[in-house]
Amino acid sequence: MQYIDNIIFVILLGIGIGYFTYNIKKAIRNVKLGKPSNRNDRKDERWKNMLLKAFGQQKMFKRPIPALLHLVVYLGFIIINIEVIEIIIDGIFGTHRVLHPLGKFYNFLIGAFEFLAALVIVAVVIFWIRRNVLKLLRFQNPEMKGWPKKDANIILYFEMVLMSAFLIMNAADYKLQLLKYGHYYFKEGIVGGFPISSYLISFLPDNVQSLVMIERGAWWFHIIGILIFLNYLYFSKHLHILLAFPNTYYAKLPPLGKIDNLESVKKEVQLMMDPNADPYAAPPEDAGEPERFGAKDIFDLEWVYLLNAYTCTECGRCTDVCPANQTGKKLSPRKIMMDVRDRMEEVGKNIDKNGKFVDDGKSLLDYISKEELWACTTCNACVEECPVENDPMDVIIQVRRYLVMEESAAPSELNMMFTNIENNGAPWQYSQMDRLNWKDE
Amino acid sequence: MSNELKVRTMAELAAEGKEPEILFWVGCAGSFDDRAKKITRAFVKLLNKAEVDFAVLGTEESCTGDPAKRAGNEFLFQMQAMTNIEVMNGYNVKKIVTTCPHCYNTFKNEYPDLGGKYQVFHHTELLRSLLEEGKLKVEGGKYDGVDITYHDPCYLGRGNGQYEAPREVLRQLEIDIKEMKHHKENSVCCGAGGAQMFKEAEPQKEEIFVFRTREALETQPKVIATACAFCNTMITDGVKFFNKEQEVKVLDIAELLEEGTK
Ligand code: SF4
Ligand code: SF4
Repeated sequence: MQYIDNIIFVILLGIGIGYFTYNIKKAIRNVKLGKPSNRNDRKDERWKNMLLKAFGQQKMFKRPIPALLHLVVYLGFIIINIEVIEIIIDGIFGTHRVLHPLGKFYNFLIGAFEFLAALVIVAVVIFWIRRNVLKLLRFQNPEMKGWPKKDANIILYFEMVLMSAFLIMNAADYKLQLLKYGHYYFKEGIVGGFPISSYLISFLPDNVQSLVMIERGAWWFHIIGILIFLNYLYFSKHLHILLAFPNTYYAKLPPLGKIDNLESVKKEVQLMMDPNADPYAAPPEDAGEPERFGAKDIFDLEWVYLLNAYTCTECGRCTDVCPANQTGKKLSPRKIMMDVRDRMEEVGKNIDKNGKFVDDGKSLLDYISKEELWACTTCNACVEECPVENDPMDVIIQVRRYLVMEESAAPSELNMMFTNIENNGAPWQYSQMDRLNWKDE
Repeated sequence: MSNELKVRTMAELAAEGKEPEILFWVGCAGSFDDRAKKITRAFVKLLNKAEVDFAVLGTEESCTGDPAKRAGNEFLFQMQAMTNIEVMNGYNVKKIVTTCPHCYNTFKNEYPDLGGKYQVFHHTELLRSLLEEGKLKVEGGKYDGVDITYHDPCYLGRGNGQYEAPREVLRQLEIDIKEMKHHKENSVCCGAGGAQMFKEAEPQKEEIFVFRTREALETQPKVIATACAFCNTMITDGVKFFNKEQEVKVLDIAELLEEGTK
């Protein structure tokens, strides 16, 4: 029976990592529902972009206060997770503080982790206050009601609890070392640095049995918490912790003003402009189904935009700077990204259930209204602002393309503008013959 | 004196067997809108002063297709683009200058892939070089004591990263720009882009041009400088909204420079 702990540990670890892998595979499958995307050019720039924007969080620093807090949580989390390596080894082999022979360096590490843990707690508390007490405007939009709001808070509680567990574990351990109890006692003396948790020991009981219970409890809590956290990611906006890296690699590179020319239209236009082409020629036999112009559903978007949707942190920076949203219109670029994700997950569940996608009579247009779509000025403020380099604007344009070219559903004033361009070569009703009148006025 | 513009068309030059160094693409607003036509004329005066060898397409010019593209009508955009490219390639155009950031962006980024490869300049870029080369000479002190702020057009600034050329021209005029709270990459749209110019706004609290002009007015300017005819229209409307048209002028960089050069 002495290996029961180790066995339980290994089983939990297996389940945790297994379920995580299962969900990540699902996410990859869903992203691949999109159309092919040609983002393999300019590799050097892409690597650099990833390094600066994902690793260096460059865009966050446009707003220094949240940037600093976020950096603390991010670094704290990554660095403290080094400790998880030791936890895993200890868990599997039933050792205790297996890395302690690193000596002074080990003490330094544990001490540094404690400082970071305390800083993370402080940062997370401030984050919580910003969201729930100060009610920062960008967290109050309609799309942030319900789950998105809960999601954000759940993660904050998670981080507080995980960091507290780490500190309590250390405090109990330290006290047991001081009491020279059992295997907690090392003949080298005190092992580990406890700059923060040493202040907590007076709150702990003096009874060694209770201390061991607390130490073991916190230890299990910490590792199980991390496994739950890992598996929570897939269901949360916190997927960005992982996806920010590929997302910034495949992001739209400058110039932001450029919008790709639609290939399927190119073919048709070339045919129309070619004086030798036979306008009545039947399409070639192998042409297959003609490609849809623009995007009606997630299948019509290139996969990069689906990756964007999974990576979206729901931070609302895009919406915060959107001129349409700031002047009280319904359009919110964050909601556009969230809609793409919601629809993608709906399609994913459909596939899980039926083995393949069975038409459910729905599309992206059930999520995004025309009122939102037509309010965009294509100003690129959202794209410029997004810390993970998402491109909500292009999604808007692609759905507009569908509305205009497949459904002829543009607002009537825009149809008038199109007619003017077609007939007089200007968006207004002026004759092309008057184009040079300014010269003599 | 306003009738002294020297403007040739590509067709006239071609008939003489000549090619100009650069094509001035006037754009729809610059050709038809009363306010924008003044900007066109100011820019041509500058080109004349600097003796730039240029021509326009005149009646052969047509919309670049930008508003159609941004409104989702890719078909119409590409038809326009192909037609324009045919005309320009027919005249062997190598360089284009335009006062419209939308035309500029379209030529620069979206035409090459359709067979239209040109060296493209925004008028503020060309004006900056003309000043640097000494072809235009600033009359000092013209704007002493005149507070001026500058509004970045989306398709020049964020769209193409050109924040400095217009500012450099203003600096050459010895203008100390009073920047708005949001400027350069954080600038706020005037509300015209993405084909919004051609339709009513969706239900809203206020117009975007009001929102943007409020911030411009906070700098207490005498002049709000623009570099796009559409921004000019929008911000002029904004100034009217605040009943400030007596105190605050909305002028294009070309107009400011035209006034301020010998
Ligand atoms: S591009 Fe459209 S969605 Fe994005 S900030 Fe500008 S108006 Fe808003
Ligand atoms: S798209 Fe970008 S800026 Fe907008 S909410 Fe998502 S992560 Fe934030």
